[in-house]
Amino acid sequence: MALNITLLQVSFFLAAAITIFSAVMVVSAPKMLHAALWLVATLFGVAMLFATLQAGFFAVVQVLVYIGAIAILVIFAIMLTRRVMVDEGAQVIKLWWLAMVAAAGVYGGLVFLLRSWPGFLTVPLPVENDATLLPSLGQALVSPTGYIVPFEVSSILLLAALVGSIVIAWPRKE
Amino acid sequence: MIPISWYLVVAAALFSIGLFGALARKNAIAILMGVELMLNAVNINLLAFWRYLYSTSLDGVVFVVVVFATAAAEVAVGLAIIISVYRRRNTVVADDNNLLNG
Repeated sequence: MALNITLLQVSFFLAAAITIFSAVMVVSAPKMLHAALWLVATLFGVAMLFATLQAGFFAVVQVLVYIGAIAILVIFAIMLTRRVMVDEGAQVIKLWWLAMVAAAGVYGGLVFLLRSWPGFLTVPLPVENDATLLPSLGQALVSPTGYIVPFEVSSILLLAALVGSIVIAWPRKE
Repeated sequence: MIPISWYLVVAAALFSIGLFGALARKNAIAILMGVELMLNAVNINLLAFWRYLYSTSLDGVVFVVVVFATAAAEVAVGLAIIISVYRRRNTVVADDNNLLNG
């Protein structure tokens, strides 16, 4: 029993430990720039979790989109707004314990609900179609019988967000 | 073999930590970072359920793709709003932006 731990489980524990520890640091680091760097570590841990789920494509997308774009965007925003918030001041609201209670309650409730679910201890189906996953995903995303509507709606959402963020952040000369 | 419960418990913990960050932090950018953590927890759940229960169907992965796109759109617009507010009012503290307070 003691030696019944596979390499996959070891990598899962490693990834989970990195994810949870850096996530705690993200919400508790007093300096915003440190929090952003811990966010990068968290996103990397999540990418490792994706890899243990044999979803290698999404691990790569996670690194490219989240770490490569979103985290860098957050770091830019922090650097642009640094002077205002003195790094040593209180970073949490006065009622932070209430937020802690709410978060702990959500966690307890989620785990309680999941434990009552009969499939809680499901083990994975054997992987059979991994080589064809990406081609079939690509075709399904643009096929009229597949997922072209969600695909196009996300494209429009991204375009609207692009235009909207440029318009919002445009410097006004008044 | 890893049972699905491990992923679900880790994702629930990540979601709760993100929720705490979004509720308790003062800095608006930190609130956005908490929301990012919550979105990541959702993605772990989606991929775990897809791998363990529905790995022959593409529904789960398409959902993950849509969540990725939505997260990117959300953070772009959110940071643009924060930068714009910072220019006008010189603050990124969410409590100070109470112009719409009734």
